[in-house]
Amino acid sequence: MSPSIPLQEMIRAIRSARTQCEERGVIQRECAAIRAQFRQVDNGGARSHNLAKLLYVHMLGYPAHFGQMECVRMIASPRYSEKRVGYLGAMMLLDEKQDASLLITNSIKNDLAHSNQYVQSLALCTLACMGSAEMCRDLAPEIDRLLRASNSYIKKKAALCAVHIVRKVHDLGELFAPAARSLLAEKNHGVLHGAVVLITQLCERNPEALERFRKTVPDLVQIMKGLVISGYSPEHDVAGISDPFLQVRILRLLRILGRHNETASDAMNDLLAQVATNTDSTKTVGNAVLYETVLTVLDIKSESGLRVLAVNILGRFLLNNDRNIRYIAMTSLQRIVGTDHNAVQRHRGTIVDCLKDQDASVKRRALELSLALVSASNIRTMMKELLLFLSSCPPELRAQAASGIFHAAERYAPSQRWHIDTILHVLTTAGGDVRDETVPNLIQLITNTSELHCYTVHKLYRALLTDISQPSLVQVACWCIGEYGDLLLKGECQETEPSQVTEDDALDALETVLQSHMSSPATRGFALTATMKLSTRITENVDRIRSIVSIYGSCMDVELQQRAVEYNALFRKYDHMRAAVLERMPVIEKNSSGHTNGETAGDAVKEIQPAAVKQTGPLLPQQPANQVCDLLDLLGGSEEPLQPSTALGLPNSTSTAGGDLLDLLGGLELTPLAPAPTVPVYEKDGVSLTLICEKTSDSGMTVTLTASNSTDSDISVFTLQAAVPKSVQLHMKAPSGDFLPARGAAKVTQMVALNNPNKVNLKMRIRISYNTSQGSAYQDTVQIDSFPGL
Amino acid sequence: MQFMLLFSRQGKLRLQKWYVPLSDKEKKKITRELVQTVLARKPKMCSFLEWRDLKVVYKRYASLYFCCAIEEQDNELITLEIIHRYVELLDKYFGSVCELDIIFNFEKAYFILDEFLLGGEAQETSKKNVLKAIEQADLLQEPRHEYFNVPVY
Repeated sequence: MSPSIPLQEMIRAIRSARTQCEERGVIQRECAAIRAQFRQVDNGGARSHNLAKLLYVHMLGYPAHFGQMECVRMIASPRYSEKRVGYLGAMMLLDEKQDASLLITNSIKNDLAHSNQYVQSLALCTLACMGSAEMCRDLAPEIDRLLRASNSYIKKKAALCAVHIVRKVHDLGELFAPAARSLLAEKNHGVLHGAVVLITQLCERNPEALERFRKTVPDLVQIMKGLVISGYSPEHDVAGISDPFLQVRILRLLRILGRHNETASDAMNDLLAQVATNTDSTKTVGNAVLYETVLTVLDIKSESGLRVLAVNILGRFLLNNDRNIRYIAMTSLQRIVGTDHNAVQRHRGTIVDCLKDQDASVKRRALELSLALVSASNIRTMMKELLLFLSSCPPELRAQAASGIFHAAERYAPSQRWHIDTILHVLTTAGGDVRDETVPNLIQLITNTSELHCYTVHKLYRALLTDISQPSLVQVACWCIGEYGDLLLKGECQETEPSQVTEDDALDALETVLQSHMSSPATRGFALTATMKLSTRITENVDRIRSIVSIYGSCMDVELQQRAVEYNALFRKYDHMRAAVLERMPVIEKNSSGHTNGETAGDAVKEIQPAAVKQTGPLLPQQPANQVCDLLDLLGGSEEPLQPSTALGLPNSTSTAGGDLLDLLGGLELTPLAPAPTVPVYEKDGVSLTLICEKTSDSGMTVTLTASNSTDSDISVFTLQAAVPKSVQLHMKAPSGDFLPARGAAKVTQMVALNNPNKVNLKMRIRISYNTSQGSAYQDTVQIDSFPGL
Repeated sequence: MQFMLLFSRQGKLRLQKWYVPLSDKEKKKITRELVQTVLARKPKMCSFLEWRDLKVVYKRYASLYFCCAIEEQDNELITLEIIHRYVELLDKYFGSVCELDIIFNFEKAYFILDEFLLGGEAQETSKKNVLKAIEQADLLQEPRHEYFNVPVY
């Protein structure tokens, strides 16, 4: 067996390997040798050497698990060099998930009590790096002992080891609290630093500990003052700041202790002011301390003067040449933009400038902060900047920018036209990154601003001509052209330059969208429906529309095919209804819960679809999902064809508010359009009976009988009985009551359902019986031979 | 600190110190992704980036990238100072340190790091004290009697 080469030789050999394959070869050879060496009991000083080689190989990414047991053995060795490498190996190869890690617990325990502090240090370091919860529990008492009675070198390490233990096993925090407290009295900076970190950890975990440690605030302030004011200490000085690491940790602990607590905050006010003003901010290290100070001031209950000082420091950071400092400043400003909005507003200019920075992280921060700073007063200027940013921003920020812009526009839009313009601008620049709700939201917005319909449709038409690649924009444009095509063709428009758009132009545009490979099926659906709608708004090219629609009747896409077939049927069989069905949409109400109107409509559409395709029943124009669902519901609900007379009646009514349209359509289901006449059938002794007839189906009808009493005395026990020819089925529903008060104060109604399948001449005999107020019973009969409305 | 990585301009790992328990596979994945992300940054860019749910602070010294992943509450600027302090310690120990020193004496680099940071936090804020401790520990190393008569490493 060839002897293994020294570590550095091996490293050299690996580095000089010219190919991956060669490297693998060297490593395999070495690993084999190392394995063999491990199996030997003792080979002098070469053991640590071999393990080191294995660790190097491990760092290159090769498997090294066969070294785990060797680590355990090395740690138990009495020789320092072997222990050193053994512990290093343990930290690299053994983590708490490995079973072998438990085997070193005993070794660590022994080494923690070793006479040589450097051995103790190895054990402490390893425990703090990879100690599992079990190991921590076992060894916690040892650590506590070391915290109290050892030299500074060990104490500082024990403190940080305790931090790790508390992170792993929260309950053990209680164990270390007293020792931590007493460590604050030490002079050694390392120990102080460790103590502060430990106390921070205890306070973060346990609110009770936090309460107790608040008493240390004066001590901490004292220590801090010592660092800030005292003279030059060469050992701890970094660019003029005395021990910045310790200062930062103390400031962080003060932040935790002062939060939500007036007294503690007061106690540290002066100190914070002093640090904020005296710290030299020319180098990064000074800025690090200032940064921590600012974070503390903003988080505790500080006086307003101090807060202003802190925000001003952040303002200065924003102007710093160092990009890191600018980034830090914006991160901090983001935290306080909610609470100290005005203070941050003062720096808006600088923040907006940072939108143009080269660095993507800085850009992101600037974007978030800018969006937070948008308000009603600065909306126009801010939006200009934001839209400029959007056109040149990195792709990963586009979606965030677009949705932020929409949100801001919605909240602070100074005018409707501005709002629509802004949304259109976003759609043209970043249409691919906007969310799906944008399309229905925009459509809803457009329908609401009726005075701008003309302007909007002209703008969208022009946008469509230039670019049909942005799906959201194309969908909205198609919808508008379909809906407001008449305004587009009219040519003149107040808000924008007039342009002559012919019917052919409009149809060309829509056809381009239909045929383009860039259009998604949803977009094509929009375009097809828009084309169909135009058939009622244009006069000359209806045939062209018919041909377009019939072509798509054999389209591969099922959705389009279905729509086309239905529209075709609308042309052929229901031409009389076409105008009504394709009329201008009523104003869409925004669904406040944030769901698009499309969701509910979608369901309604799905139910009715199977019925509508093949039957002769009324057709269901497939509007885009965001249309008013009621319209679809009602048209789909009724099964029989609507009367011609009723359809003609509709166009008149749509000139009024949209709600009427829906009501009337709802009425179509049950009654003829004109309200049915009320026919008096009986009048005697002050008691009158009237009748209303409603046809409910082909052979069925409902007769409503209404009785009233115009005498001066009440009538009680009022009942009606009815009889009809044999083939007619009769069902009397329960009356509304049997008491008729005097002078027509109230009426009694009763509904009678009749079914006349043989269509015989309908006659009905009604017997009326009641008691007068004097108590006498009264009866009468009446025959009804003709029922108006049938 | 959750972990510290040192890697070259070509993405070769020179030192990795993990203060959180992760499986080997996870460590490899994180290393690969983070190295790619940092190497893709342009020279003048910010030293801080948000990566997954961590804050990453990195700085390039000659041909080596020093990269630390810190938690939400940690101070980024002081982390830059910690990185700088570590470089200073290496420099003092090796005498004008370069990447090759760290390659051929990687275990020394670890020992120095372990005297400066413990459990992810700075344990000694005085440069002098850290170097003194390393010196003393080195003296404890038993000289190696073995077959090639090369000096103690």
